[in-house]
Amino acid sequence: MNFLAVIGRIVLSSLAMIGNLSVFAARSASHVVRPPLYARHIGQQMLRIGYFSLPVVGLTALFTGATLAQQIYVGGLRFNAESAVAGVVVIAIVRELGPVLAGLMVAGRVSSAMAAELGTMRVTEQIDALVTLSTNPFKYLVVPRLIAGVITLPLLVMVANIIGVYGGFLIGTERLGFNQASYLQLTVDFLERSDVVSSLGKAAVFGFIIALAGCYHGYNSKGGAEGVGRATTNAVVSAFILILLSNLIMTIIIFTQ
Amino acid sequence: MSSPAKISLAGVEKRFGPKVVLDGIDLSVARGESLVVIGGSGSGKSVLIKCILGILKPDAGAIHVDGLDAVRGGSDVREEILCKIGMLFQGGALFDSLAVWENVAFGLIQGRKMNKNAAKQIAIEKLKRVGLGADVADLRPAELSGGMQKRVGLARAIAAEPEIIFFDEPTTGLDPIMADVINDLIVESVRELGATTITITHDMSSVRKIADRVAMLYKGKIVWNGPRGQIDQSGNDYVDQFIHGRATGPIQMDVLKR
Ligand SMILES: Nc1ncnc2c1ncn2[C@@H]1O[C@H](COP(=O)(O)OP(=O)(O)O)[C@@H](O)[C@H]1O
Ligand SMILES: [Mg+2]
Repeated sequence: MNFLAVIGRIVLSSLAMIGNLSVFAARSASHVVRPPLYARHIGQQMLRIGYFSLPVVGLTALFTGATLAQQIYVGGLRFNAESAVAGVVVIAIVRELGPVLAGLMVAGRVSSAMAAELGTMRVTEQIDALVTLSTNPFKYLVVPRLIAGVITLPLLVMVANIIGVYGGFLIGTERLGFNQASYLQLTVDFLERSDVVSSLGKAAVFGFIIALAGCYHGYNSKGGAEGVGRATTNAVVSAFILILLSNLIMTIIIFTQ
Repeated sequence: MSSPAKISLAGVEKRFGPKVVLDGIDLSVARGESLVVIGGSGSGKSVLIKCILGILKPDAGAIHVDGLDAVRGGSDVREEILCKIGMLFQGGALFDSLAVWENVAFGLIQGRKMNKNAAKQIAIEKLKRVGLGADVADLRPAELSGGMQKRVGLARAIAAEPEIIFFDEPTTGLDPIMADVINDLIVESVRELGATTITITHDMSSVRKIADRVAMLYKGKIVWNGPRGQIDQSGNDYVDQFIHGRATGPIQMDVLKR
């Protein structure tokens, strides 16, 4: 009985949060189309989201691609091993692992940082101060982060995809003894334009989710330092869940004929 | 008090969940007048000011600023009202990602679209006005002492030369001498601008220095409202207890009830 009540409460509060997030997103979107747009802030945020995430995203992609190649090779595919490794690595990385892993890594870094920053601004009344200085906090704080997220994640995922494939290439050629030229040729043959497009499309959605979760929880945080801590955790958790959920939905939509 | 009120509140109520914070506030501030609102911590003084600013929306009642409807007016009206108001926040609320001068010039650059160099000149002037040198202008707020931060907050509040200024606990957390410096600065800058002000405080030396009129907030209501000169002979037990800082009296602190 109690157990059911707990589940019910979790479902209800999740639904409430998705509703609130949607309202928050709609409110932000309404400010994107109305000037002013703080271009300098967008640039700053892109640098923070993209450039400073490069090492961690690159490292994740490199090791994932390499591990994948090794795993597929030992997975019983003795015949046509080379084409199986090259093909599966590039498809898996570009379609799923590149965007999802980059999204999760960036969510861990960026959603939390955004929530902490906006949350601190909220509890120290800096957001109220913006209002009194005739500056809309949505325009000034939220919109630049959302735009930067949507622009930056595809760029980051492009890099992640390339490094991930390179990780597979390294294992394939250095350890498994494949020919470099033919491995690259197989990779190119397997990859289709639609894979790249869907990969970058997913990345843009994840970028939006990452910034949205960070801004939403930060903007609505209350209760001093403890509240900011809670906002930070909640931002990362909801970004993770929304990324995984939206990825499933997008995969179903894109890859079902 | 014959001229129309610059700020007027009628029957303002504000609740957070079951908790009633403001329970029917009637208050008016005449043009050029300095009203000081006193009351214990958590009595809803900041909430009162945030309702006037439109940061919080009252559950009932009417608020007018210069005849403009602050509660039911649209975002244009709110914009117009906010342009008239400068605010010194309780904790300073300085933007810690920006330099001191950018904080002071923020309303000029973002709100009024002033050119950066001109705004910086004004910012440095205002900083000098509150006793801070130009060398402070390029520092970050985190590099300043509490008293200096309050002064930067004050400079930011007066930078756009507003008609109305709100001061939320301007002297809380400062030593008595710095508190007196801030009180003097407030009095001087308000006189210079001819501004209408509401100051929130529980510091009686501020009250005596700044106030034309005093209102006391307790349990969501204004329990006393009168000229500064009458505060010692108010005949009101709440006010007497507050200004003498006595633990016993009609005001029951939560700690005593348990
Ligand atoms: N945004 C809010 N949400 C919920 N409760 C609030 C909020 N702001 C203020 N309160 C509550 O309202 C009461 C009055 O707060 P406040 O106006 O800040 O007091 P003070 O008189 O010390 O300035 C407090 O009990 C506080 O907990
Ligand atoms: Mg307060």
